[in-house]
Amino acid sequence: MTSDALLRCRGLSAAVEEKAILHEVNLEVAQGQVHVLMGPNGAGKSTLGHVLMGDPAYEVTAGEIFFDGADITELAPDKRSRAGLFLSFQAPVEIPGVPLRSFLRAMMEGRGEKLKNKEFRRKTQELAETLDMDPAYLDRELGVGFSGGEKKKVEMLQLLLLQPKLAILDETDSGLDVDALSVVSHGMELYREACDGTLLIITHNTRILEHLNVDRVHVMVAGRVVAEGPATLIDEIDAQGFERYEAAPADAAESALR
Amino acid sequence: MANDVIITASGKRRTQVDDIDRSLYDFRYEDADAERLEAGLTPDIVREISERKDEPEWMLEHRLRSLEVFNSIAMSDWGPSIEGLDMDNIVTYVKPNTDQKSDWESVPDNIKDTFDRLGIPQAERSYLAGVGAQYDSELVYHSMQESASKMGIVYSGIEEALHGEYAELIREKFMTLIPPTDHKFAALHGAVWSGGSFVYVPRGVKLDFPLQSYFRLNAKGAGQFEHTLIIVEDDADLHFIEGCSAPKYNVANLHAGAVELFIGKRAHLRYSTIENWSKNMYNLNTKRARCDEEGEIEWISGSFGSHVGYLYPMSILAGRKARASFTGITFAGRGQNLDTGCKVVLAAPDTAASVETKGISKDGGIQTFRSSVVATPAASGSKCTVSCQSLMLDDRSRSDTIPAMDIRCKNVDIGHEATIGRIGDDKVFYLMSRGMSEEEARAMIVNGFAEPISKELPLEYAVEMNNLIKLEMEGAIG
Repeated sequence: MTSDALLRCRGLSAAVEEKAILHEVNLEVAQGQVHVLMGPNGAGKSTLGHVLMGDPAYEVTAGEIFFDGADITELAPDKRSRAGLFLSFQAPVEIPGVPLRSFLRAMMEGRGEKLKNKEFRRKTQELAETLDMDPAYLDRELGVGFSGGEKKKVEMLQLLLLQPKLAILDETDSGLDVDALSVVSHGMELYREACDGTLLIITHNTRILEHLNVDRVHVMVAGRVVAEGPATLIDEIDAQGFERYEAAPADAAESALR
Repeated sequence: MANDVIITASGKRRTQVDDIDRSLYDFRYEDADAERLEAGLTPDIVREISERKDEPEWMLEHRLRSLEVFNSIAMSDWGPSIEGLDMDNIVTYVKPNTDQKSDWESVPDNIKDTFDRLGIPQAERSYLAGVGAQYDSELVYHSMQESASKMGIVYSGIEEALHGEYAELIREKFMTLIPPTDHKFAALHGAVWSGGSFVYVPRGVKLDFPLQSYFRLNAKGAGQFEHTLIIVEDDADLHFIEGCSAPKYNVANLHAGAVELFIGKRAHLRYSTIENWSKNMYNLNTKRARCDEEGEIEWISGSFGSHVGYLYPMSILAGRKARASFTGITFAGRGQNLDTGCKVVLAAPDTAASVETKGISKDGGIQTFRSSVVATPAASGSKCTVSCQSLMLDDRSRSDTIPAMDIRCKNVDIGHEATIGRIGDDKVFYLMSRGMSEEEARAMIVNGFAEPISKELPLEYAVEMNNLIKLEMEGAIG
């Protein structure tokens, strides 16, 4: 582990409405790597993704988050985004009355990107096609009436437009059919190719990882990171599930982190 | 920054916010004291108004009759409080603007600031503020008038029209949709009305660009008791735009205009308004349309300004298969109590009406949707749908829905739906995670909410409305 990791959280604890969910999470992601955060349902994986992005629904009760050399623990989500952090939502929201393309435009312009209208239209159109998404969606209201698969494609489209330094993909594979899954995998590859992107993939399904070279796996159970290891850990979990971590999470955490 | 000041009948000031330009009101106090000897509106004052306008005799009689009504009927006892209106000294509102000291310096800073940020050209500002004589737009107005008049369309000030070709027609229609007996402020309007537009579209004539009262007012100066009378003959088509979304500033704080729209058989009128009076205004405007057989009225209505507003444009569907639609948005911020909605009267067979409104309240503002749908015994086969959605931006604000239905006919289909909600924190977080500030995120959500209205507006008005929402949203966080 290097101390100059792109993302590092140290002793991170978080609560929602005074109910503790994350307990002293330690996690490091180095620039250019692909990390996977696995764990059973309800382990706190999504919470960690939201806390890293600065969701005000959660309160950080202890610990720190460093990103790209700066302490971002207290930073608002928009500032984290501008610093190069991205979260692909498990359940992207719907914003009635706002066409997808207008939203994308506002997102880019907010970063000082000056894109000519025509050029922007072409770029978004191309990206939509790359992601096997009907470009007609660009003129529809953001998320309204989109299927689960279309919503995830919109998340990937933003990932490719923004090219953040680090993308947290929260259960991006849930609720996708095989075709849509391959589109998402393709999106992740493109992101990696385009900007040597760094990924933290939150999942409990290993199929989406088949096309990626995973550098590191973190296992979360009951709000704690209980194990860490190389990509081979994925196969072990595939074969054995999370039971052995769930049996004695505290002990496992200690041994894993030692 | 608001400048909501309530001046009570006793002359006591109640300043609701800290920040106010005192000098603006001071001179009015001196004026008010001088006039107090002659409290109340007298026939002499009304005669003087009529004389100055060199009106036909029937109009003077109309004014005097209206005055009698005004002095004999009580104030309505529902809706937002209007106790801040100095009704004991109504003369202060009635006196013509020329007697009042108005200059650019006296316009409140928040309004000047809004002009700046909306990018209104310097030349237009003094007009919009209602303080200056500013005739730059007359050229535009004249060229518009010229191409319309080639088609036989009359578009002029209503006062000059009283001496023109259509004087008899005006006499026949004037204040028949809104009789002075309707309510206290209709009576006041009947007695002291001044200025406004007259539009006549002959049979079968279809105008493919909107007429804008903006230019009309620009040449003549904004009024506060203006009367708009529009007649669209059979098979004709018109889009009329009243006002503009930039704030209009008026020294006196009462606006009691009247709008009467007559739509012939198979004719179509779209009437768009974005009202943004300064926030010391009591806006008590009355608007009514009457549609003959297969005639159609479309209202587009945005209410952003004023301290207190009562506004319920009424559609009277008097002919078989006549249609009405009302698309409205109301945004009530700090110190504002805006009671808006619409009325529909289904008075003939197979008529159809649809109402879609959006209400937004923030920063302690009160927004009420009030509607009335009446189906007369003659309305067999008619239908009406009413849908209203409200968005409250914080816990201090208030939104209410008060729908009334009076169904006197068996074979009609009347529906109403209402939702009141808040901006979801999950949506704000999502947009912020994409780099938008909290303010930008909320403005985007509110603009999206308002989109069904803004898409009905001509582009430049839609853009201005979106900018206006953005401005209103600033400082809404906290």
